[in-house]
Amino acid sequence: MTQARLVVGPFNRVEGDLEVTLDVADGHVARAQVNAPLYRGFERMLEGRDPRDALVITPRICGICSISQSAAAARALGAAMGLTPTPQGAIATALIHAAENVADHLTHFHLFFMPDFARPDYSGRPWHLRAVERFTAMEGSAQRSAVQARAELLHVMGLMAGKWPHTLAIQPGGVTRAPGPREKARLGATLRAFRRYLETVLFGGRLEDFCALPDAAALLRWSGGDVALFLEIADDLGLHSLGRGAGRFLSFGAYPTHEGPCFAAGSLMQGQPGTVRPADIREDLSHAWMTGTAAHPLDGMTIPDEAMGDPGYSWCKAPRLAGLPMEVGALARQVVDGHPLALSLAVEGGVLARVGARLLELARTQILMERWVADLVPGESFMVQGSLPRDGIGEGLVEAARGALGHWIRIRNGRIATYQIIAPTTWNFSPRDAQGVAGPLEAALEGTPVEGPVPLAVQHVVRSFDPCMVCTVH
Amino acid sequence: MTTLLWLQASGCGGCTMSLLCAESPGVIEMLEDAGIRLLWHPALSLETGAEARAILDDLAEGRTVLDILCVEGAIARGPLGTGRFQMLSGTGQSLMHWVQRLAPKARHVVAVGTCAAFGGVTAAGGNPTDAVGLQYDGAHAGGLFTPAWRSGSGAAVINVAGCPTHPGWVTETLMMLAAGETIAVDGYARPRFYADHLVHHGCPKNEFYEYKASARELSEQGCMMENLGCIGTQAVGDCNIRPWNGEGSCTRGGYPCVNCTAPQFEDPSHAFVDTPKITGIPVGLPTDMPKAWFMALASLSKAATPHRIGTNARSDRVVVPPTLRKPR
Repeated sequence: MTQARLVVGPFNRVEGDLEVTLDVADGHVARAQVNAPLYRGFERMLEGRDPRDALVITPRICGICSISQSAAAARALGAAMGLTPTPQGAIATALIHAAENVADHLTHFHLFFMPDFARPDYSGRPWHLRAVERFTAMEGSAQRSAVQARAELLHVMGLMAGKWPHTLAIQPGGVTRAPGPREKARLGATLRAFRRYLETVLFGGRLEDFCALPDAAALLRWSGGDVALFLEIADDLGLHSLGRGAGRFLSFGAYPTHEGPCFAAGSLMQGQPGTVRPADIREDLSHAWMTGTAAHPLDGMTIPDEAMGDPGYSWCKAPRLAGLPMEVGALARQVVDGHPLALSLAVEGGVLARVGARLLELARTQILMERWVADLVPGESFMVQGSLPRDGIGEGLVEAARGALGHWIRIRNGRIATYQIIAPTTWNFSPRDAQGVAGPLEAALEGTPVEGPVPLAVQHVVRSFDPCMVCTVH
Repeated sequence: MTTLLWLQASGCGGCTMSLLCAESPGVIEMLEDAGIRLLWHPALSLETGAEARAILDDLAEGRTVLDILCVEGAIARGPLGTGRFQMLSGTGQSLMHWVQRLAPKARHVVAVGTCAAFGGVTAAGGNPTDAVGLQYDGAHAGGLFTPAWRSGSGAAVINVAGCPTHPGWVTETLMMLAAGETIAVDGYARPRFYADHLVHHGCPKNEFYEYKASARELSEQGCMMENLGCIGTQAVGDCNIRPWNGEGSCTRGGYPCVNCTAPQFEDPSHAFVDTPKITGIPVGLPTDMPKAWFMALASLSKAATPHRIGTNARSDRVVVPPTLRKPR
């Protein structure tokens, strides 16, 4: 048996800083350690501030999930205030949030994930020349059209949220800008243009047809657009069985309107659906460079171990739900929502499942956005006012592009006493816990083949999670 | 061909995300058309791990010429001056160390965003990681590099400040550098092409401002200077002259300008959405406005506020349209 240790970094085409250490035995990953090597201390920056400042500071945790952080902060403050958005304010918030999530899915597919298949390592594969033409980093024709389509989609932000990233438009009671009839018309035009791009370029077919795919076998027969190219590659390289997860999924539920979340909240453990009790969340610190003990985020603290001592190996804490690591993201959201294609993909739950579920969600969310624009009623109230309590607590649970995001605030004497955040990649890329149980990525990497100093299979698995490392530690 | 290396230091990556919103042309075409070759960017380039380390080593050892170094994000100096709050993964060295190694090789160094320029939000709230900008620590000259430090071209670090930066501020800076042009900068080393404007210029709330017809709550249309913390009359930036994401800006979105292009904007001595006042009078005055004149004009114009403007200021949409005039 041959053994070696391989450190992969800088691990790029993920958002933020990532280092992966692999113990390799007989050409496969025997053990993986995931390190988030950047600590900024946002939770500490917030202590002592006016609670409303969280709406300015927390979006700036992350330039790619900025709206998600806004939405979570607004919900946490709203919970402390006993305030929810007006029905129209909730729709406007959902639209702004969905535009970011869709843009993120598009960015991930084109800029982060697909360029690896254009590498010369794959020359000779029947699809390679097409992958080179479409997805070569900075040069591929698909990359360029995706960047343009994304920029035009984000005109939704210019109309509704002032700018992106880092808006203050999302508030506990709704949104700061009430759209009128002409904004509604313009939003419709922007979304129709984006649908045209999706249907002619990315999917090469009707979104409704893609959303109606019943299972993984039907997905692999999809023949349109760059999606078909990805599926051909996935089939050829066996991406369905690469980087399989543990089958434990969590979603806080996405896009709450007055009819409930548009993608359901819940969990799925080995195929069994369940409800999520946020009170069962603990953040374990045993392998993080953090001092303190495992705690629920309302009782949690963020005190870095500046000596970066053993057995810590990451700034990332290890969140657990009822003691278990959970996978979050588009796949989790879509299986918890019960979509048949996602449930079928989740049986193997590997690279194909994660990327396929993201494409499914992209199509489904476009349809939702179109419905919300149709449901906008200019003239109705888009924001209600409220006041913050002198003392109180609040929990804000949302779904970012990459999965479940939670903010927990404790207000004392009108100031922030504690503020704790668990981001999606905190779940997915968590280090080991006190029981030695690996985080979801660490577990998914075990058994992955390793060839060369920058193993491609490892990169496919890591990027299939679409990590956001700046959110992870915050 | 102009070579460009982009590093992400201690920040959120939002300036890159904003840059990807560049239009007509998009950022990839813009770089190509300007003759700029992107050697490596952490979000956009193919190379990872050992491949990326080889690119950085070649630059640090002078085997590859570096024309422009863009740094996005603040420099974390902690803990205890080691920089280990941000290690450049796979290298065993801090990002701080890498910037110290690479910046002297670059002809031009551009700090992209308020974090890289001044420390920004990364330095907020007691600055838990001892973060600074490349050549400023907040408003004080001297950050990672001393005030006298100069890049290969003999210029100081160019501070394209903003949280995030407008894609045009970055693309135009890069195009001008690639064309060999000198970029005129203001007293905080920000390009004057956008820093000579105030966010107030072109703000759609200007008519409300003229009469001090003020919003009292977010979502109301009135001017946000008096009550809601807006400092667009003091903040530099052409945000309301060239829009964001199609046709947006902070004030167009109905929320106050928080002065994100300025050093230390992250820690105002009050809540961001409150205007500090002394005996009911806002503390911060519009830039270059004499206080006595401001007071006199404000009280006069407030008294003269037309019904239409006063009513619309307290509403979330236009409820009283302009009076129609018939041609004579």
